[in-house]
Amino acid sequence: MTVASPSSNLHSIKPLTLDELEAPPLSLGRMAWLKFRRHKMALVGVGILVFMILYCTLGGFVFSERYANYNDTSIALQPPSLVHPFGTDVIGRDILARTIYGGQISLLIGLIAVILETTMGILIGAASGYFGGLIDTLLMRFTEAILIIPQIFLLLVMAKFLAGDIPNITILGREFSGSVVVIIGIIGLTSWPYLARIVRAEFLTLKESEFVLAARATGSSTFDIIFRHILPNSIAPIVVSATLGVANAITLEAYISFLGLGVRPPTATWGNMLEGAYNYIDKAYWLWLFPGLLILLIVLSINFVGDGLRDALDPRSRTV
Amino acid sequence: MTILLDVKDLKTRFHTPEGNVYAVNGVSFNLDEGGTLAVVGESGCGKSVTMMSLLRLIPIPPGEIVSGSVHYRGKDLLKLKEDDLQSDIRGKEIAMVFQDPMTSLNPVLSIGRQLTEPLRVHLNYDPKQARRRAIELLELVGIPDPKKRLGDYPHQFSGGMRQRVMIAMALACSPTLLIADEPTTALDVTIQAQIIELVKELRDKIGLSIIWITHDLGVVAGLAQHVIVMYAGFIVEEADVDTLYESPRHPYTLALMAALPHAERRRETRLKSIPGAPPNLLVEPSGCPFAPRCDYVVDKCKTLNPPLKIIGNDHSIACWVDVKAREPQ
Repeated sequence: MTVASPSSNLHSIKPLTLDELEAPPLSLGRMAWLKFRRHKMALVGVGILVFMILYCTLGGFVFSERYANYNDTSIALQPPSLVHPFGTDVIGRDILARTIYGGQISLLIGLIAVILETTMGILIGAASGYFGGLIDTLLMRFTEAILIIPQIFLLLVMAKFLAGDIPNITILGREFSGSVVVIIGIIGLTSWPYLARIVRAEFLTLKESEFVLAARATGSSTFDIIFRHILPNSIAPIVVSATLGVANAITLEAYISFLGLGVRPPTATWGNMLEGAYNYIDKAYWLWLFPGLLILLIVLSINFVGDGLRDALDPRSRTV
Repeated sequence: MTILLDVKDLKTRFHTPEGNVYAVNGVSFNLDEGGTLAVVGESGCGKSVTMMSLLRLIPIPPGEIVSGSVHYRGKDLLKLKEDDLQSDIRGKEIAMVFQDPMTSLNPVLSIGRQLTEPLRVHLNYDPKQARRRAIELLELVGIPDPKKRLGDYPHQFSGGMRQRVMIAMALACSPTLLIADEPTTALDVTIQAQIIELVKELRDKIGLSIIWITHDLGVVAGLAQHVIVMYAGFIVEEADVDTLYESPRHPYTLALMAALPHAERRRETRLKSIPGAPPNLLVEPSGCPFAPRCDYVVDKCKTLNPPLKIIGNDHSIACWVDVKAREPQ
């Protein structure tokens, strides 16, 4: 950009052409980051989140999983000490080690359930919004049918019937209770309706836009129009919803595991560590305090991040 | 000269809750290879719908192409399978540029990505080839520093630049026919002139055939060889550009010409307008659609719709009245 300084010779002033007078380049990602940065709580949330992920991954190098699942009833229900910083549980397992491995499972459940939820939500919402007509009617009535059943009951019933006798499975050299997969599945399968409605609404407005017409005129296929043209435009609400979905999935897992229908021990999750802890609420606070605190922290930080993203990705607030 | 595009009796309707909208009512025209055709008329007279019907870009439903044929190099585009139309015609043989460059580009995709899409889709270019061609195209339409600008987003371009990008996108696969749907309406006059110059240059350089939709008769004069005047979904006059300007014969064309502002006109005289409004397209047309606003109207006009008839060399009108022989009322 050539802007003449006031001191320069008058003859050397070159008039700006219209093309040179445009807004300073600022990519969408950079703009979002500038807006996100102003959200202090979101930054705190990111900090906590990073800490939690490090806690769950690096912790795995300090304690082995065998140690986390090793029980010794002779040291059951010990309060926090130097040997067991978070104390031991009812059958003498080290709670610190279990929160680390439990955290891995809880985060895994949160992430994979959200991937499943988001995929379903996007596919159903996009098909419904883009094609309209009969497809829209069928898919939306189906979505509403899922929505009117309280998610908790649906989860409990599905967990009761499906998570019964699943054999253990081995992924990446680690053995999981098969119920982890079932829980991921049913959380994903019951959480998508809200997202589907958001995506549908986005598609309904965007499919009428000029750039979609222009894309059709250049011969883009329906697939390209849906996934390469419209979807990137509706990414903001999807990202926000997915972020909050992780927190939601972690809480849901904790909820059903707490009721004893979730992930089966010895595989630890923050949720099933709480199971049975209610018998010791007054006698052994460390049983519920540490996993409870971790759930609280992760859900809170994810929600802060989600709020920050909502502001940062909102195209209507252009102020940086 | 060989005929590139031959449109016959094209009829397009929209089925809405209020009733049928008669948008295009039996339009026939043809375009020679390398020719430039301008389509003029007021807003809502069916220009855009006609052109969008050619490529079947109107939303179906509610739209419906009731009848007609669109022969492009011997193929009837209206009978082609949607998949073939998409992969062989749209963007490859026939490209379109739309009215508003501010909304026709996808705001979240970089210019480079949007420019390379038709190349990827139609010509199976690999990313490197596509990038090279995209730089070439941006150079062709006169965007400075094209290499750097490929990664930019539409909001970093001005209106005129975006329309250039749109034209570059349309030209990506070297189409034979460019349909420009009021491409300069949203731009200011200086940019408008630039864009028209650019299109003219391209036409001479790469032998493009052009259909140019506009409501600006001034633009038509400098660009087109042949002009179609449309009203309420009908073609009311068709002529080569000189004939149309020298001796317009349809009352509607006369009225349009009279409505042009002239620099030499005295300031006190008011701009002329055509009284009334275009007809309600929800009513099935009977009689001449222009009759209620026409200065030359006779009784016959109200009941019988005049067919398009040839009145001279390359000159047809749809009117019962000879405007030369009659005084306006």
